[in-house]
Amino acid sequence: MFMLRNPLLASLRSSYKPNTITNRLFSINKNLLQTPAKGQEILLKQRANRPISPHLTIYQPQITWYLSSVHRVSGVLLGAIFFGVSIAYGINKIYDFGLNDDSLVEFYKTNVPTWLDYTGKASVAYLFTFHFANGIRHLVWDKGSGFTIKGIYKGGYSVLAVCAVAGSYLFSKAF
Amino acid sequence: MSSVITKRITQITQLNSILVSKRFQSVAAPANLKTFKIYRWNPDTPEVKPKMQEYKVDMNNCGGMVLDALIKIKDEQDGTLTFRRSCREGICGSCAMNIDGRNTLACLCKIDSEKASSIKIYPLPHTHVVKDLVPDLTQFYKQYKSIQPYLQRKEFPKDGTEILQTVEDRKKLDGLYECILCACCSTSCPSYWWNAEEYLGPAVLMQSYRWMIDSRDEAKEKRKEMLQNSMSVYRCHTILNCTKTCPKGLNPGKAIAEIKKFLASA
Repeated sequence: MFMLRNPLLASLRSSYKPNTITNRLFSINKNLLQTPAKGQEILLKQRANRPISPHLTIYQPQITWYLSSVHRVSGVLLGAIFFGVSIAYGINKIYDFGLNDDSLVEFYKTNVPTWLDYTGKASVAYLFTFHFANGIRHLVWDKGSGFTIKGIYKGGYSVLAVCAVAGSYLFSKAF
Repeated sequence: MSSVITKRITQITQLNSILVSKRFQSVAAPANLKTFKIYRWNPDTPEVKPKMQEYKVDMNNCGGMVLDALIKIKDEQDGTLTFRRSCREGICGSCAMNIDGRNTLACLCKIDSEKASSIKIYPLPHTHVVKDLVPDLTQFYKQYKSIQPYLQRKEFPKDGTEILQTVEDRKKLDGLYECILCACCSTSCPSYWWNAEEYLGPAVLMQSYRWMIDSRDEAKEKRKEMLQNSMSVYRCHTILNCTKTCPKGLNPGKAIAEIKKFLASA
């Protein structure tokens, strides 16, 4: 650890040429003359160049962080739709640009193509049920229970099962 | 006396012949090559981008753990390959790295002989790389220091004896004190990847909890106060990569949940 982090010693190693013993001794003596300030300078220069090791792209796919990211994405997406429509209604109350339930349905029917209709409704149905079920899982965690690896995986798969069944039900009711 | 020496010499000769025959056996057996793809970066040539370098190791004369293979590569193929190691038995935490996508200790990680594909080895994720598989853990250690990981109380026994605690109180520390600070959990946490500047991360938080529930410690209120902000604890979103990856089988996720309960109960 000390060896690796100490630029003085690092520079010793890099200038080490195993030709003869005298050569080696000479090289060490010369380098020992470096001041701590010089060492610090080398260290700072190295630190500025250090790359960040790979993370998202190389970490093993696991139920833990995959479900967590779906939870966040679903929350953001559903929240954006909910708040977007709510705020639009609010602004309409003040400036009245003819937004009401009927005009919204009319706009949806004329402008949204079938493929988008299906994907949109499926996304909302599955993401909503997932977010709801996983939210309950979070409440259980907040109580301090369900933290064994077995418990974490059981909970994760249960949430996915609920999402598949209830999501499909919700989706089937959307037409 | 001389008979003892003669006996010893015969023993050694026998042992030698066994060793020699074993060596011949391993030479005769067909090579069982395993490919290791290892992250390389050299601070002496910073302009060269990090790359994955391939090494092939004959598993017929290599130990069973990933650390054995790394040491063998360094000994026999490439002396410039750099990694930390010390105890080779999972108690020092030096050889923490990302092996096949998960953080673990190389010395405790068995080489999967069934698996046909290569084994990929990276440094701990989202850390500054000092060289090859060596991450800079300066920030991690600073954060550990910041939680004041030592017993704090007004008075210590004058006669220098220990401070007693009940068997139950001692039991509360089990599963917490065993942490070796290898940083596997903290560097597996996506929250810690993005917020390492301010979020303490699972390993340090678990140690914080370890001192909070120690019946001998009298600084509970101060310890709580240090964590009462939006960053120190609450960047934990119960992702639980920490609990999943801990090579010692500990449960940092649970410890953080207990801290949150503790902070909420005021």
